[in-house]
Amino acid sequence: MPTASRKTLSAFLDKAGMLVVLAILFLGCALGVDNFFSWANMKGLTLAVSMTGMVSCTMLFCLAAGDFDLSIGSVVACSGMLAAVVMNHTGSVALGVLAGLGLGALVGLFNGFIVARLKINALITTLATMQIVRGLGYETNHGNSIGITQEGFFWLGSSSFFGIPTPVWITALCFAAFGFLLNRTVFGRDALAVGGNPEAAHLAGISVERIKITIFTLQGIMAAFAGIVLASRVTSGQPKTSEGFELEVISACVLGGVSLTGGVGSMAFVIAGVFIMGIVQNAMSLLNLDSFHQYIVRGSILLAAVLFDRWKRRRGAA
Amino acid sequence: MTATALAFSRVSMEFPGVKALDDVSFGVAAGSVHALVGENGAGKSTLLKILSGAYTPSGGSLMIDGQPRVFTSTADALAAGVAVIYQELHLVPEMSVAENLFLGHLPQRLGLVNRKQLADAARKQLDLIGEQIEPSTKVGRLPLAQRQMVEIAKALTRGARIIAFDEPTSSLSDREVRRLFTIIRELKARGCAILYVSHRMEEIFELCDAITILRDGRHVETGALGAFSRDKVVQRMVGRELANIYNYAPRPHAGAGLVVEGVCGPGLAEPCSFAAEAGEIFGFFGLIGAGRSELLRLLYGAVKKTAGRVTFAGRELAIASPRDAIGAGVVLCPEDRKKEGVIPIRSVLENTNLSARRRHARGGILIDENWEHANATRRVEQLRVKTPSLRQLIRNLSGGNQQKVILGRWLSETVKVILLDEPTRGIDVGAKSEIYAIMQDLARQGVCVIIVSSELPEVLGVSDRIAVMRQGRIAAILDRADASEEKLLKLALPVETARAS
Repeated sequence: MPTASRKTLSAFLDKAGMLVVLAILFLGCALGVDNFFSWANMKGLTLAVSMTGMVSCTMLFCLAAGDFDLSIGSVVACSGMLAAVVMNHTGSVALGVLAGLGLGALVGLFNGFIVARLKINALITTLATMQIVRGLGYETNHGNSIGITQEGFFWLGSSSFFGIPTPVWITALCFAAFGFLLNRTVFGRDALAVGGNPEAAHLAGISVERIKITIFTLQGIMAAFAGIVLASRVTSGQPKTSEGFELEVISACVLGGVSLTGGVGSMAFVIAGVFIMGIVQNAMSLLNLDSFHQYIVRGSILLAAVLFDRWKRRRGAA
Repeated sequence: MTATALAFSRVSMEFPGVKALDDVSFGVAAGSVHALVGENGAGKSTLLKILSGAYTPSGGSLMIDGQPRVFTSTADALAAGVAVIYQELHLVPEMSVAENLFLGHLPQRLGLVNRKQLADAARKQLDLIGEQIEPSTKVGRLPLAQRQMVEIAKALTRGARIIAFDEPTSSLSDREVRRLFTIIRELKARGCAILYVSHRMEEIFELCDAITILRDGRHVETGALGAFSRDKVVQRMVGRELANIYNYAPRPHAGAGLVVEGVCGPGLAEPCSFAAEAGEIFGFFGLIGAGRSELLRLLYGAVKKTAGRVTFAGRELAIASPRDAIGAGVVLCPEDRKKEGVIPIRSVLENTNLSARRRHARGGILIDENWEHANATRRVEQLRVKTPSLRQLIRNLSGGNQQKVILGRWLSETVKVILLDEPTRGIDVGAKSEIYAIMQDLARQGVCVIIVSSELPEVLGVSDRIAVMRQGRIAAILDRADASEEKLLKLALPVETARAS
């Protein structure tokens, strides 16, 4: 018979979930790992998770609605390449950025249309577009990277406000904006309903197709934006970049407790997942852990998180 | 008196915040059929889950042949000779009947399945219950009634001597029910102890020897069925007298309502036309597959109609999607609550507001949390939904309460026509009578209430007029005064069968 205090504890754990794990992990690293809790390292850490963070926001919607998107890594690379080419040719930063974002929107729209309208499985659809878009990225400049000549563009990736890099500000803004979208708007709640039971959502008058297409389009735009920020940071378009990025993003979401089967998710989960991944990565580098070991640690953490989640749910099931 | 094969001894089951079973004790004799009844949420399902090994009781014990047993898995229960046959059957649709029967212990040699031996063994098992199914048929291709037979054969294959049935007749036709009863009687003659969970009083009084009544997780009474009348059972279940659960009272109709002219679409054999006045309760009776649900889905825009006109009070309703329908004041409570009605992993609050929140959002975008909370609170009180809180996930509510939440969802809209597809299936008597009262209330307010039901007493009890559907067409429309069980059944039976008999 659970006592009152155990009940409140488990209710708290259910609500806070991985945020507690994140806090413990952070404290542990701050105390146990040299140089972890330094201003320079904190800046590096947040900058390192900024891209995953941005794209996780829209992946959260994708997963909440019961789908997922594997094409984002390719979109990151391809949009960076396209932006670089357009900027170098036209001399306009704005046109380059627009071209990159436009590409992302188109890929997302295409994914959404195939998945929602033609009812093709999201795994297969985005597996296909992942390869197509990766190929397009290589085609852009015969497989070579492109140095960007517009120096004004580098501001996006390298500037900072109050000592914090601009990409980190952007990521924070994304967390806030998409968190608001999920919790406070009809669109966000409907997305969760669609993931929870598409048939019931449809019969309750929710336009399932429109919601899914919108989510995929947002996802494409966000991935393209991350690609543009990355291009600005490395001052070039790189066709090989961000391979496996999609899995990193999905891992972060799932690690935080977003359900792969749809219907369950919150921005707090995603933030926790993104930072747990980032902190572990960062701590392993500070400890000079061999990169081969790092793969094993990352995979084990993901598995542990999913098992923890299952255990929590079993116990809470009534 | 024969030996007690199965006994529950002071069994309790607690979930966070809920006491699902509280000190329940009763026994089931070998060679008897024992009815287990109670309203939804009374604890029947929990008891069955304990019996099947899905739950381990938090107090008390389960006795098999006088020995206390603890099951921690379904395999444990099966090994002890206990099988539970659920409403949703646990068969693998993509595998053959034979494979399903022996799933987990296929006859094999050197790790290879011996097909011949498997088919022979399966045929033998099916013969035992007098069922002629080809063992190589895929289970997914069998009608529901036959799948249930396969499930029973599977239980026997495992040597089950204690078999529990959970609402086994809820989707069976009358003839299939007869067949099931014959088999249950045979099992009883062979000395099996049968626990029979059902809401259908007629069946219980026909089939069972003893009865146990649960209410709110507590044991109310156990006794030989001969000592009970239907009224007494129902009274014990709800804890109060229910004079007439339909509570029918004639209402004045409010004039022109829903007029359906020549609607065609998948599942209908010919264009369907009918008119139901505002304030009228219009019933649809028919056998499963007669096209009733299909007609409702066409009217609701869930499936696009290929032809036909639908008007309300003379104005044409342009409905191409559920959203259009809701906008036009036409709403649907679907037949399969779990698959089509609720979002199981979302809260009572969200499930209540699922549709109306669109209209109440600030600027059509931002959720109005005050409205959401107020509306959900109001509907939960109005419909007396039993839930610990608005935040509770709807999947933790009983079927009757889930149905009330769906009704609450539609009461939050401006409704002109409400389409109810088997609204009381799998719901206990108390909640049923509450749902009938809600229907009457709606009709009194001038709503046109259309109800599809496979239960004759229900459709006769609540409807002002009844349309009978047969093989995709409306066979007849009868006034309440002219309708009787015999007439409706005769009209509903397929024409060929009617001629042959």
